[in-house]
Amino acid sequence: METIASSVEYLSRYYPIVVFGLLAAAFGLGTLLISYFVQPREDNAEKLSPYECGSEPVSDARMPFPVRYYVIAMLFVIFDIEVIFLYPWAIVFDRIGLIGFMEMVIFIALFVLAFVYAWRKGALEWE
Amino acid sequence: MPDLMSVVTTLAMIVVVFGAVLLHVAYLTYFERKVLGHMQDRLGPMEVGYHGLLQPIADGLKLFFKEDIIPTGANKIIFTVAPIISLVPALIAFAVIPFSDRGPIADINIAILYILALSSIGAYGILLGGWASNSKYSLLGGLRSAAQVISYELALGMSLVGVLLLSGSLSLAAIAQGQAGGFWHWYAFAFPAPQFVAFVIYLLSAIAETNRLPFDLPEAESELVAGFFTEYSGMRFAFFFLAEYANMILVSCVGAILFLGGWQAPFDFLPSTGWWGVFWFLPKVYFLLFLFFWIRATLPRLRYDQLMRLGWKIMIPLALANILITSFLAFVTR
Amino acid sequence: MTTAQRDDEQGSFGYILHEPESGATTEVVTESVDAEERQPLFRSEDLLLNMGPQHPATHGVLRVVLELEGEKIIKATPYLGYLHRGTEKLAEGKTYNQVIPLTDRLDYVCAMANNYAYVRAVERLLGITVPERAEYVRTIVSEMQRIIGHLFWLGTQALDIGAMTVFFWTFRERELLLDLFEALCGARLTVSYFRVGGVDPQGDLTPEVIAKLRTFLAAFPAKLEEYEGLLSENRIWLGRTKNIAVISAEDAVNFGLTGPTLRGSGVNYDIRKAEPYGVYDRVEWEVPVGSHGDTYDRYWVRMQEMRQSARILSQCLDRLPEGPILADIPGVTYPKREKVMTDMESLIHHFKVACYGFETPPGEVYCATETPKGELGFYLVSDGTNRPHRMHIRAPSFVNMGAFDYMAKGYLIADIVTIFGTYDIVMGECDR
Repeated sequence: METIASSVEYLSRYYPIVVFGLLAAAFGLGTLLISYFVQPREDNAEKLSPYECGSEPVSDARMPFPVRYYVIAMLFVIFDIEVIFLYPWAIVFDRIGLIGFMEMVIFIALFVLAFVYAWRKGALEWE
Repeated sequence: MPDLMSVVTTLAMIVVVFGAVLLHVAYLTYFERKVLGHMQDRLGPMEVGYHGLLQPIADGLKLFFKEDIIPTGANKIIFTVAPIISLVPALIAFAVIPFSDRGPIADINIAILYILALSSIGAYGILLGGWASNSKYSLLGGLRSAAQVISYELALGMSLVGVLLLSGSLSLAAIAQGQAGGFWHWYAFAFPAPQFVAFVIYLLSAIAETNRLPFDLPEAESELVAGFFTEYSGMRFAFFFLAEYANMILVSCVGAILFLGGWQAPFDFLPSTGWWGVFWFLPKVYFLLFLFFWIRATLPRLRYDQLMRLGWKIMIPLALANILITSFLAFVTR
Repeated sequence: MTTAQRDDEQGSFGYILHEPESGATTEVVTESVDAEERQPLFRSEDLLLNMGPQHPATHGVLRVVLELEGEKIIKATPYLGYLHRGTEKLAEGKTYNQVIPLTDRLDYVCAMANNYAYVRAVERLLGITVPERAEYVRTIVSEMQRIIGHLFWLGTQALDIGAMTVFFWTFRERELLLDLFEALCGARLTVSYFRVGGVDPQGDLTPEVIAKLRTFLAAFPAKLEEYEGLLSENRIWLGRTKNIAVISAEDAVNFGLTGPTLRGSGVNYDIRKAEPYGVYDRVEWEVPVGSHGDTYDRYWVRMQEMRQSARILSQCLDRLPEGPILADIPGVTYPKREKVMTDMESLIHHFKVACYGFETPPGEVYCATETPKGELGFYLVSDGTNRPHRMHIRAPSFVNMGAFDYMAKGYLIADIVTIFGTYDIVMGECDR
């Protein structure tokens, strides 16, 4: 019972965020809705066609599209997770002493090693 | 469980903060136009009201009554939802910002993670909006937004580690509390490890996060017309706009709290409790906002491979070095 | 220009829109790109992107169709003609004097330079010379115009790359010079200031104008340093301009590039030096020449040219002789205004020159002038009547566009706007 009560207590700190979120969403949807009823509406095919600098659209915009930075994107996912590991370490840094410090130095060294490897392999280049 | 009184206070605060943020966003556009105008030897808005003071309201009304066009071939649902996806996270992040020593509306102990998470969601709005528009310019803008996220976010995350290390908390209220006693205790300048480099990295990442010059690639008007919001008009356009400015205020608030002492007074003999906290906090936020405008007036735009190079080859190594040096200094001076 | 009209005229403009079913497929791409450049292993369709005519950075109504792979440009095809007004054809129906206002509308930000190029061609056809003071005044206004043109270019190029403040600052200085033009001839952009045989006799350089111009020249170098402080030492600017749109001297010559675009590649060719006119051979100045042929060098060349123009201007002001600013050649130039008001013969004379103009000896002439954009040439064919039988304009912007695909290939979309800017393209001249 104790744990349930404390987790309820803990979660109750989040209710303002939920209320805030509801308010923001209500503001967004409400404004759109009211605006919908007060705005003029004169559509024609030319007006609704996607913008292509005044020319007829020449092809569909949704097509397979080569993204040249996908290697960097994959590296990003990996490194981003590693950065998250740094956060709890930084928080308890005062309490973990030399062992914790050395552990993190090793962890960051590995990180740097991977980073340098990726750099030297040319993964950070585009072509 | 929170009692009734505190619930009522909290609800009142939510409404007040919500209104204040929207008002600030509106007048931030005015502030920006005035600052840019005077830097560029012109006056900025002058016509609507005294020195153009009613201009933001006129702009808002104009957008409110403007026809809201959905282009043919657009995905209607995503096209409508995308601006809201951008706007809502930018607004609700303010729930954890402590404006004074009374703390934020929601005092959660993971405030920084919360803000990082929300700021990433905002990029989805841009990406989805760009894709849903069925326009090539929008698509390119949306993809650039994705490229931008992977360029700055690592450096942004790393630049915060030094502060966390010094403060030992993820709660913004606790971090601000830890910088009491004069400006030499603010983490940007504090003994034993001034986080000045981290502050600069944070600022650069923050500019990239809010799509401002010189990192306004997703909406670079001379290249992609208006980038991801090329097809947007009326209120949906206004939402992207509001989200961008709300994000600017947000990152300035976070920067002021993490590096410039938040609501702490610059000298220890000055009061920083109650409304005094707000009094000290707002100038710091506005100073950072002014930096945004100043940089916009000064610098040309980077190409996005250059942004990626800046993020990965300069900011990340610097941020890593900062973490190592900070932890070393914090360790030996303990 | 509505879309409907465009569609009707497509054939005559000679461009074919890529149809949705045939365009944007791999077959088209393999046709247009060398096989060894492409890897057939991964499936990617090239995005066809219309840039222009309605685009914030295309300097008017230039339209470029980009074939993109990601954001990389595989092919950039400019489609010209959106501002075509048939200037060359119109000129065939007008007397020689009436063509001058048409030339204003070629490179509409540098009308003086166009006027100059045209009247020089006519004068060469007639075989007349202009008075000494007129030569000086012509050189002065055309160098003022060069500064205006380069300021305009600098502002827009910087704005395209994102440095918005430079744009407002250059327009501040440009405004001062335009005010002087207004004092000279009442107009700021479409000036029509030049006359065959001199310049507008009502628009002499008054002491006030000269004093104002001297004030401007005294302040101008500091202003140039102000712009350079924002750009030349800015790493982002260097990153966006260095090694972008590189063209070698040989290629630049082969493409027929002229003006700063050519000199940026290291070719020392300036008509003002090579074939001096006006008083360019009587004042001291240098031709700035770049070396790498990239966007930065072209930027540097134009910045230095503004300094040289200021140098030419102050020397011209020092040596400005007294005298008439319009030659007195009966039948070609207008009689003096006072005489027209009092003397019947002069009134008739004036009427005849204004309405009928003058006849030119049969023959043909090509006359090239160095305008801010490059070599602006007028080719006139005369059949002995009072109207040009044929007029052809060699527009530098038009010829420079020939190298566009060559210079844009392999760069990113973000660089396209830099490349538009680096030509200093003005569509009025390009499409004529």
